[in-house]
Amino acid sequence: MGQPRVIIIGTGPAGVRCAETLVAAGLRPIVVDENRRDGGQIYRRQPDNFTRPYDKLYGTEAERAQALHASFDALRGKVDYMPETLAWNIFGGKLHVVRDQRSRSLPYDALVICSGATDRLMPVKGWHYAGTYSLGAAQIALKAQACSIGRRVVFMGTGPLLYLVASQYVKAGADVAAVLDTSPLMRRLAALPKLLARPAVLRNGLALVSYLKRAGVQVLTGITPVEITGSAEDGVRGVVIRDNRGHERSFECDAVGMGYHLRPETQLADLARCTFRFDHETRQWLPEVGEDGRTSVPGVYLAGDGMKVLGADAAEIGGRLAALAVLKDFKFMVSDDELQGLRAEQAKMDRFRRGLAQAFPWPAQQAAALPDDAVVCRCEVVTAGDLRRTVREMGAQEANRAKALCRVGMGRCQGRYCGHAGAEIIAHAAGVPLEQVGRLRGQAPVKPLSMAVREEVE
Amino acid sequence: MSALKADVIIVGGGIMGASSAFFLRQRGMSVILLERGLIGQQASGVNFGNTRRMGRPIEQLPLSNRSREIWLKFKELFGTDVELLLNGHLRAGFTPAHEERMVKYAEEAKSFGIGMQMLGTKTLHERFPYLAPEITTGCYAPHDGHANPRLAAPAIGRAAVRAGAQVFENTEMTSLEKDGGDFVATTADGRTFRAPVALVTAGAWGNRISTHFGEPVPMIAKSPQMCVTEPVPYAIGPTIGAIAETFEQVVYFRQVARGNIVIGGGGHEPADIDKRRAYVNPARTLYKLKSAPRVMPAFDHLHIIRVWGGIEGYMDDSRPAMGPSARVPGLFYAFGFSGEGFQLGPGVGEVMAELIATGATSTPIECYHIGRFATPVANAA
Amino acid sequence: MNHRFVRLAETNRARVRIVIDGQPVEALAGDTLMVAMLNNVRSLRESEFGDGRRAGFCLMGACQDCWVWTAHGTRLRACTTVVAEGMNIVTTQPEATWANLA
Repeated sequence: MGQPRVIIIGTGPAGVRCAETLVAAGLRPIVVDENRRDGGQIYRRQPDNFTRPYDKLYGTEAERAQALHASFDALRGKVDYMPETLAWNIFGGKLHVVRDQRSRSLPYDALVICSGATDRLMPVKGWHYAGTYSLGAAQIALKAQACSIGRRVVFMGTGPLLYLVASQYVKAGADVAAVLDTSPLMRRLAALPKLLARPAVLRNGLALVSYLKRAGVQVLTGITPVEITGSAEDGVRGVVIRDNRGHERSFECDAVGMGYHLRPETQLADLARCTFRFDHETRQWLPEVGEDGRTSVPGVYLAGDGMKVLGADAAEIGGRLAALAVLKDFKFMVSDDELQGLRAEQAKMDRFRRGLAQAFPWPAQQAAALPDDAVVCRCEVVTAGDLRRTVREMGAQEANRAKALCRVGMGRCQGRYCGHAGAEIIAHAAGVPLEQVGRLRGQAPVKPLSMAVREEVE
Repeated sequence: MSALKADVIIVGGGIMGASSAFFLRQRGMSVILLERGLIGQQASGVNFGNTRRMGRPIEQLPLSNRSREIWLKFKELFGTDVELLLNGHLRAGFTPAHEERMVKYAEEAKSFGIGMQMLGTKTLHERFPYLAPEITTGCYAPHDGHANPRLAAPAIGRAAVRAGAQVFENTEMTSLEKDGGDFVATTADGRTFRAPVALVTAGAWGNRISTHFGEPVPMIAKSPQMCVTEPVPYAIGPTIGAIAETFEQVVYFRQVARGNIVIGGGGHEPADIDKRRAYVNPARTLYKLKSAPRVMPAFDHLHIIRVWGGIEGYMDDSRPAMGPSARVPGLFYAFGFSGEGFQLGPGVGEVMAELIATGATSTPIECYHIGRFATPVANAA
Repeated sequence: MNHRFVRLAETNRARVRIVIDGQPVEALAGDTLMVAMLNNVRSLRESEFGDGRRAGFCLMGACQDCWVWTAHGTRLRACTTVVAEGMNIVTTQPEATWANLA
């Protein structure tokens, strides 16, 4: 049979390992990436004229980063690489991409979506002030641009990234005022059995915490965010919280890095018409995946954090598994031993992930506690009060209905940062289970599309 | 369980049904409205949002004018601001042939109070300095405008409830039968509803019901193809539609007060009324990206942030089925408005209420009678 | 302090000159436009809906909060655009005349 046309979206760990596995089987996939350079987010590459060595940029992950980059460099001649190319739509068995204002539609037999993740955010009053950034953003500023997001930074939220970014900042010489974790310490202890599925990762995590403490950074756990203070003209001035004994504490700063672990970028899976299911554990909708990244749509596969957030190491495994699934589905010989081995590895990662979810839970209860004047949708400046009024006075009990009536999720980011909290607020105000609120329907384009774009004349 | 009774059962909660419910209540009639999903979720909620009169078929203008009177009192009547902006409607043309078309229409429609003004090239570009130089002619209706379709029907529905209409959302009707002098509607949750009058405002699904009563109509379901830009400073007052030679070139747009510019055109896609799904074809999005800057070059600097479609019912002759049934006493229709129904919605509700309550309406709607589709075969059945 | 971001390393790079709100400023080759701007000013743009200044959020092209206007009326997403010599940025909304020709 002829070579199946395979398109991979994304050159993070999942995309790279997927491409590598397919190339090893003799295929020449198209590899599309929105960014100028390969690497995705975790292994984001610094600009060419930067000089910091790998161990400075990636710390304990330096070897993996270097290996990944070297792998992709070796693959370049063996794949059809399309950088700076946005996959903006999927329709009729074709992937629609745009580069340099030219849109093309690429037919495929198999599409592997390795779209990665963004930070998961729970709004806090004042998070719209200039100087509030996601944890990922704070890390990108440092890793890819050698900058701190401010003169004095508070990190707030939960999850391993909170401690990682904070310690990277301290190491790089930035002024870190505090690290504020919403998860109580007890939860970490309770999650220990699952976290022990990956002892090295656990060790690294614990080392970060002690590094921060030794550096004299205040690290508080079990906190409740109250407010980011600031002004409309000049942005962030400070952070107010309640500590784990209920006492109000404030920290002066001019920047906040905030985040609650990650959420998969699922817009392309949605446009591909994959079914989603509600994940009770993490309180979000995820694309339904069968074995090895197969979705409900034949020919469409997912891998990496864009499928489910399992981390960079699991993404490499997921990329390989998806490639093997493609090969198997297109009647290529695939080693069952290899499959079983990778699946077992991934299962271990999943156990760890569940430990993380238990140790650093999404703070759902904060949504109901948001004051009415807290902004929920940053794009459209819709407050918690607006959203609650839409539920109580206009009867909206479902995410898309609320969006139609009060604009939450209707802005440029298409609900990436307000969707989860918005749903929690609706559920609480309507008195219905979160699952019943549903999820925001994905619509093209995946990101804003320039109106100067024209169809490429082939 | 005994049936819930009222004077009128309305099937379908779009703007036609919600509006009819409200105005029937104004006339003291009891109303049951059955809606499978949520009020205004289908065509009423996804259309372009134009509230123009200019450009409508001449015979539709009395109904359109009647509806406009209600639009002008929307907040007062229905209690909600639905972002109605009356900064005019501009039809733009590129050629003398386009000018001729617009002049002809302005002449035909001159007695309907739309106030249309033909604008020469110089005036056009002075008043609307963002138009492309290729646009040489325009017809401006100063009192037309647009509103937010996502808000309108739900607002009317809530007003109908406050006025005493019994509105059942998330209630799918599984059968509608005539039983003696009454219509009996049964819903998926096992309830029954009875009324001597039934009004079908079921949009793209209206044909299923009319067919059941021996009055099939030639209607297909299509999805409008819409997109919207990021919010930008408010600069474009009127709704603007450009005359085009082909469907692909059709483009029309309106800027909302918050700054986003809603853009429609580029043709339609088929819609699936069984699965209740409609999609936007990226090709049609790209048509608009090409045709919009032909009208306003500054579009090239902007970005679209979202597309959407929906399910609208289009009749072969582009006219609705509106008025009494030709075969069944007590049965009325108002569906199939072929992509033009939004502006007519409040007026349709008022007219249908008048018709049902008094037996006649002062607004001419005979040309919309469903009997126009009757064939000898159907009549014999 | 009249800038927001703080350079911690990699300062030995070629200079790039851009204009922000009519003022010539300096950035470094390899900066994104966002980093170039925020090493010179405190914010990137005015929020459309009255809540004040914005300075970006995600730095990875996901949140769409860092779109800026150029003096020529074009749009750039600051965090995914590499700074280039001569870029001319305005950090307030253009007037209604943005759409006009000439």
